[in-house]
Amino acid sequence: MHVTIDEDGCVGAGQCALAAPEVFDQRDEDGIVVLLDETPAPHLHEATRAAATLCPALAIHLAE
Amino acid sequence: MSEPSSKPAFPRKHAAGCPFDPAEDYQGFRENDPVARVSCPAGVDAWLVTRYDDVRTVLGSSALSSSVPPIAHADPQAVFDDPVLPGSILQLDGAEHVRLRRLLTAEFSVKRIQALRPHIQQVIDSHVDAMLESGGPVDLVRALALPIPSLVICELLGVPYAQRDRFEKQSAIMSSVDVDPVIAKQADVEIMGYVRDLVHEKMRDPGDDLTSRLIRRSEESPRPLTVDELVMLVLSLLVAGHETTTNMIALGTTVLLRHPDQVEALRTEPGLLPSAVEELLRYLTIVHFGLFRSVTQDIPLGAETLRAGDWLIAALASGNRDASVFSDADRLDVRRRPAAHLGFGYGAHQCLGQQLARVELQQVFGTLFTRVPTLRLAVPVEELDFKDDSVVYGLHSLPVTW
Ligand code: HEM
Ligand code: SF4
Repeated sequence: MHVTIDEDGCVGAGQCALAAPEVFDQRDEDGIVVLLDETPAPHLHEATRAAATLCPALAIHLAE
Repeated sequence: MSEPSSKPAFPRKHAAGCPFDPAEDYQGFRENDPVARVSCPAGVDAWLVTRYDDVRTVLGSSALSSSVPPIAHADPQAVFDDPVLPGSILQLDGAEHVRLRRLLTAEFSVKRIQALRPHIQQVIDSHVDAMLESGGPVDLVRALALPIPSLVICELLGVPYAQRDRFEKQSAIMSSVDVDPVIAKQADVEIMGYVRDLVHEKMRDPGDDLTSRLIRRSEESPRPLTVDELVMLVLSLLVAGHETTTNMIALGTTVLLRHPDQVEALRTEPGLLPSAVEELLRYLTIVHFGLFRSVTQDIPLGAETLRAGDWLIAALASGNRDASVFSDADRLDVRRRPAAHLGFGYGAHQCLGQQLARVELQQVFGTLFTRVPTLRLAVPVEELDFKDDSVVYGLHSLPVTW
């Protein structure tokens, strides 16, 4: 699994950081998404997929 | 604009048999007419979008504008051509909306809000203590549901708590439909004046609060906010962060009391609290009239084409009961695997305060049902006074005892 994010699209809702805190964080200055792990390990795939579905701005893209 | 209409009416009431269920009509719309033309109380027709996938599609689309009165479709006295005031985060689109939202997102990030957890717990504990000391029956709205979120948002913004009564009263008036327009206008003016004083005070004498940080962040930004914009933005937070959580606490408590097995599950397995809160947000969908938008570019949706200039209602309450996404959708199930519900909306305007709302709700329900295990309604459900006419669904009062 390979994750990419679209910082410009992100609206800082934090759904990703809540669903998959090992993979996503939010910048301290403006709450915008930070990708912690571009290639999450298999045990994180489900949570990463959930984060992508939850994101209200479609700012998380997965290549599997 | 107000041609007489033979179209079905926008479903404005909850189900006849159950105050927690959206209008029965929604199921028919989802099955037979998912992108329907309906007539609204204000005398205009709108598209009513009722399926989960379609609601997400339209709210995620840049072909819609939020620059309409948020509940005009449900309000018989709606005025459609009021200008959007500068700083109205809920009603601005595109880059103008992003400019405001980005000044605030840091304040509501997961980490920031998690750090408030211990403090929020203290606020909850002291209110539950006071409620227990006073002895039942009490009105849970006055005892917990209103003061807890109110205190939390007032503290966050740096509003002196002594001012909260004044603020609460005006906020309740502002969020009602069917209220005398003169009284509504007065409430608007009064609360704006109050927030204006607050903003001026924080400009003069900044403190360790969101309002002061917002002012500083704005000053450092390429196009700083005007005072009018600041006032409107702070007002939006105050109002949005207040009524919503209050009503979720009151309605959530009521519905849980009707499902003792689920309360028992929460007591024995506190790990279920996060999923229980998501489920309550889905099941209750307190922004019950849905979200009102206008179409700015032609877009196809299902078998229809939405045309620029049309009105549209994205029915959150209907999408959240769509059985193709949520199995047995009309059942409350605190063990339901979390899915992307629509209770906080979707798209660029999705609730900014959602992390705060989650933490407050998780801790209120966690605390209330453990500390007051014998909690029960003090009147039959039939006698409860539901807020059918407000932007946000809820209860005027909730008599409980233990
Ligand atoms: C359970 C409680 C809550 C619910 C159900 C709720 C629901 C919603 C919904 C549905 C929207 C989207 C409106 C739209 O797209 O037109 C929204 C936006 C918003 N909410 Fe909440 N909300 C809650 C709590 C809060 C809290 C605690 C705050 C804190 C300040 C807050 C602040 C906001 C703001 C500022 C917006 C506008 C965001 C924007 O336009 O970009 N909400 N909320
Ligand atoms: S869920 Fe989407 S919009 Fe929200 S912080 Fe993550 S990337 Fe940004």
